[in-house]
Amino acid sequence: MTDNLATAKQILLAPAGLDEHHLAQVMERLAGHGIDTADLYFQLSRLESWVLDDGIVKEGNFTLEQGAGLRAISGEKTGFAYTEEISLENLLEAAASARAIARAGQSDRIAVGEAGKLDPLYRPDDPIPSLADDAKIELLRRLDATARAADPRVKQVTASLVAAHEVVLVLDEQGRLAADVRPLVRCNVAVIVEQKGRREQGSAGGGGRTTLEFFLEEERALGYAREAVRQALVNLEAVETPAGPMTVVLGPGWPGILLHEAVGHGLEGDFNRKGLSAFSGRIGEQVASPLCTVVDDGSLPGRRGSLTVDDEGTPTGETVLIEKGILRGYMQDRFNARLMGVAPTGNGRRESYAHLPMPRMTNTYLLGGDHDPQEIIASVEKGLFAVNFAGGQVDITSGKFVFSLSEAYLIEKGKVGAPVKGATLIGNGPEVMTRVSLVGDDLALDPGVGTCGKDGQSVPVGVGQPTLKVDEITVGGTAL
Amino acid sequence: MNIGQLEERVADLLAEARRQGADAADAAVSSSAGLSVTVRLGEVETIEHHRDQGLGVTVYFGRRKGSASTTDLSPAALKEAVARACAIARYTSEDPCAGLADPELLARDWPDLDLHHPWEITPEQAIDIARTCEQAALDFDPRVSNSEGATLNTVEGSFVYGNSHGFLGGYPTTRHTLSCVVMAQEGDSMQRDWWYDSRRAAEELATPEAIGRRAGERAVARLGARKLGTCEAPVIFRADVAPGLLRSLVGAIRGHAQYRESSFLLGALGQSIFPDWVRIHEDPLLPRGLASAPFDNEGVATRPRDFVRDGVLHSYVLDSYSACKLEMQTTGNAGGVRNLAIESSGQGLEELLKQMDRGLLVTELMGQGVNPVTGDYSRGAAGFWVENGAIQHPVEEITIAGNLRQMYQDLVAVGSDSDIPGSVRTGSWLIEKMTIAGN
Repeated sequence: MTDNLATAKQILLAPAGLDEHHLAQVMERLAGHGIDTADLYFQLSRLESWVLDDGIVKEGNFTLEQGAGLRAISGEKTGFAYTEEISLENLLEAAASARAIARAGQSDRIAVGEAGKLDPLYRPDDPIPSLADDAKIELLRRLDATARAADPRVKQVTASLVAAHEVVLVLDEQGRLAADVRPLVRCNVAVIVEQKGRREQGSAGGGGRTTLEFFLEEERALGYAREAVRQALVNLEAVETPAGPMTVVLGPGWPGILLHEAVGHGLEGDFNRKGLSAFSGRIGEQVASPLCTVVDDGSLPGRRGSLTVDDEGTPTGETVLIEKGILRGYMQDRFNARLMGVAPTGNGRRESYAHLPMPRMTNTYLLGGDHDPQEIIASVEKGLFAVNFAGGQVDITSGKFVFSLSEAYLIEKGKVGAPVKGATLIGNGPEVMTRVSLVGDDLALDPGVGTCGKDGQSVPVGVGQPTLKVDEITVGGTAL
Repeated sequence: MNIGQLEERVADLLAEARRQGADAADAAVSSSAGLSVTVRLGEVETIEHHRDQGLGVTVYFGRRKGSASTTDLSPAALKEAVARACAIARYTSEDPCAGLADPELLARDWPDLDLHHPWEITPEQAIDIARTCEQAALDFDPRVSNSEGATLNTVEGSFVYGNSHGFLGGYPTTRHTLSCVVMAQEGDSMQRDWWYDSRRAAEELATPEAIGRRAGERAVARLGARKLGTCEAPVIFRADVAPGLLRSLVGAIRGHAQYRESSFLLGALGQSIFPDWVRIHEDPLLPRGLASAPFDNEGVATRPRDFVRDGVLHSYVLDSYSACKLEMQTTGNAGGVRNLAIESSGQGLEELLKQMDRGLLVTELMGQGVNPVTGDYSRGAAGFWVENGAIQHPVEEITIAGNLRQMYQDLVAVGSDSDIPGSVRTGSWLIEKMTIAGN
């Protein structure tokens, strides 16, 4: 077992000459009388990215971000301050600013110790040097060549390769110290194809909490290049999308973004504590068809949305959100869990030390059912088969969500027909889930491409689902 | 850090780049400090003290480039950032267009754009303002039943850019924002809406009461929304959602989209893309403007510019790189357009509703359904159904679809109701016809 805590101390504390005694001193200033919970969050993240565009490796960038965020909570009040320069002096100053939300009082002595050992869900190796720089360039060139060789109609290729390494250390008000060392890699290929003056785009990619070698295994990245071309060529043939309500079959994997938007955000603890979600106060109620069981699981090994511990030091795990259609629970961080009188679920996440944590999804998916996907399509007289999505958005209060299709086909008399142009699906989260009438046996998780935004903070997430039939969703097309 | 200290850092970075063998380099360093306070249901929810800093450096070895950025401004980190950028430049490709901006085009002196108005405000004062704002929303109507809170945010920052052509310039800025998000409820219908104002100088901010009332008014107006039948109808994009239509235009006429042939307005320079009364322009030198800047991200002097005149596309949006690819000259738009505006055709929103007679007034758009390559447009929407020139009832859970190229041609009028804070100024747009999908 690797020792994340030792690594984190060495990387985050040692350069500033800090040890546990100094952390105790800062926490004693931050917490104490009038403060219910508090934490210190140290982070160092390094990211390297390369972009090939227009046939040449045009851009390379290296980014280093580091700092410490200090939070003190009194009742429902949160005080927050952070510093980019990690030093005892700056930490003490930030602690005084953050704790000013509560009246000053005497501090308790705090003993700092490890929160408890956990098996990491991914190797701590830094993915940035996991391939030599010339091998990274070679990979990008092969992606370009593969895409262009796939079809003469390919006019433009953009390929990118990103490797990031993040080390975090969290200390809570009770002196518990937790650490995580998180690799993250991502590769993407986007193409533009042209035929008789008509241009269309296609894009594909993947990644996870691993090293860059992942993209070489089984020629995985070359598969992204071919997939991007295939999608773009499909779109060259696309006809106008019909407008209005219709039966929609959602393909497996990435279309799980429907769940993320339609129910996921509405089940985050903060919205529900404040009574702002269309799902507020509905635990135990039927909110989806009995065929639907939806979980959030941050403990899947190596997944983009996975975390050994969340950004508050809580170990991640599987949280059942909806079980056979019944709403079972919300995703929680420490703050909202405490105020709602439940246990934190390992969903406390933050974009960086300069942002406050909040309840966020990790990997959210709907469990497989028992129908053959072919049967599901065959059951549709007239409808839409939605295979790929460009992204979505939700208004958690009204429950309205939308998402944009990047690859979809008409279904006529049980058969997949002509591809249709990018359309939008719009629905009401709690309503649409009650209209799931068939669930396939082909559960798949997305290839590791998702990023979720909330309150201006971006975090990597995963989604997944089997093939699903939804009896009616409004399709926003142009054809009447 | 003050401008002088930031200038020293930039000079150090450029000197370090030269020492490490770079033929040319540019660097930007910024630092900011701020306070953000949120009050929810009358109680303090968060008090955040912000202090950010960062630097970015790009080095050129001949026509190959590499970049690095960091939040650590220590001398060791500066050296490390330059080393990283240089290491990357060993592997990027020779690119004939890579390089700094033409020295002839760099800003030499520039006006004070009046962008710096620090607000000496204590957390207690900020809390009072946020509380007043939220209370005005809650008091607007008993149906305003819940709140995500009111937030006062104030930030003061400084920025310096320099390059190895000898350019070194920077300036301090401030920005103060007050926003409020509330929920209205009636029966089963829950609706959320918001309002805000954002200014360089605090005394120009709308009053907390006005912002709160408007948030409350907007949320209540949405109550009882229903779906619409699928149909074709004229559509008004209200002034607060219309800027997206201008941003899509900017995306399509950016040099980057043009040389990569990934624009729905490919090669449209000199073509009539709007009705002939339309003028779209930017004014980067607008005093106190939220997007004002005397020079662009490459140090090139900015100046007012028409992008669309008499309905004809008059200029692309270019930086040095895309200008080189297109064999043109930069328009000083590295980093984007600044204070973009479309001229009104003179009508207020009431007149636009009358002119439309029967159709959809869109007040919210959702989702990313805009295809930059084809111009295909299909987005989730909410708003109001209009008949006989008057609002009938709120609508939701519908989509509107069309193609941007056609939508621009179908622009009937632009309202004079441009009271929206922000870097894009436009009134409401009346578009002749779109497809609405509902039930």
